Amino acid sequence: MQADIAVRSVLVDVLGLDAERVAAFDADTELFGAIPELDSMAVAGLLTELEDRLDIEIDDDDVDAEIFETFGNLVAFAEAKQD
Amino acid sequence: MPGALRHLSYTIDGLAEQLLVIGDGSPRVLFVPPLFDEMNRMRRTLVLAMHALAQRDIASALMDLPGCNESLAQLDTQSLTRWRDAVVAAAAVTEPDCLASLRGGCLIDDGADPAHRWRLSPAKGASLLKTLLRTRIAGEREDGRTVTAAQLIEQSRLAPIELAGNWLGPQMVAELHDALPAALPAREVKPGTGPSTITGSALWLRAEPGEDAAMAHAIVSDIAQLMA
Repeated sequence: MQADIAVRSVLVDVLGLDAERVAAFDADTELFGAIPELDSMAVAGLLTELEDRLDIEIDDDDVDAEIFETFGNLVAFAEAKQD
Repeated sequence: MPGALRHLSYTIDGLAEQLLVIGDGSPRVLFVPPLFDEMNRMRRTLVLAMHALAQRDIASALMDLPGCNESLAQLDTQSLTRWRDAVVAAAAVTEPDCLASLRGGCLIDDGADPAHRWRLSPAKGASLLKTLLRTRIAGEREDGRTVTAAQLIEQSRLAPIELAGNWLGPQMVAELHDALPAALPAREVKPGTGPSTITGSALWLRAEPGEDAAMAHAIVSDIAQLMA
């Protein structure tokens, strides 16, 4: 699965965001701080779902706040784990 | 009146555990719930589905797992092995035509032998454990403390650890780490679009899942079709 598609579907499923709204996200769309549903607890479920859907493994030591700053950052992080 | 609530019980380790029953007659569907927080998040939609089944004259039961919900048992002495025995005990009381397990419930549904087996989005034990660990780590970080998953796993070998509000004992943590849903013939669905899907969304992931009537009805249609 493409990282872009997986990240969008996980944002919809974990945060309960409207699918149309998430479909309109671009690389610069701000996430952490801009979306109240995205808190540190939601991040836990979000990371595990990304792992399951993309068949990747995420080392929590690699996870920092920057990853969740924008949609583009999150997709780039997921893509890097796929390589 | 179809849809009336009543309670049955099954016994394990000398304690009576609750079976919530909705509908007239003996339950034909036994629901094995998701595990931990995911159970709480799915419960309202599950109960909606049970009411909708009752409207089709199919009574169903939702079991408490020992240590969860109304159970008087301690959670920190439970294990997947014991919960598998609990499902067998609950199935012996209800004698269901269909065992319907959700998420982590699919890790413990393989002791019973119903005519029909239905599963919603089976979860790997390792994934459930990882989310629990991450939630604990995030909570610690907000309090200015640092703890790693490896440290928590190490602690869990000796004594129960608290993960996202659940006290899990050594055997539970070890079994979750390795558990996969047993490979059994089952009707397996997930929410979404495409083959083998039902209307709905992954409510068990949501902080504020509410209830999803459309999903409840989709669950019911799919189970009823399987049993027809």
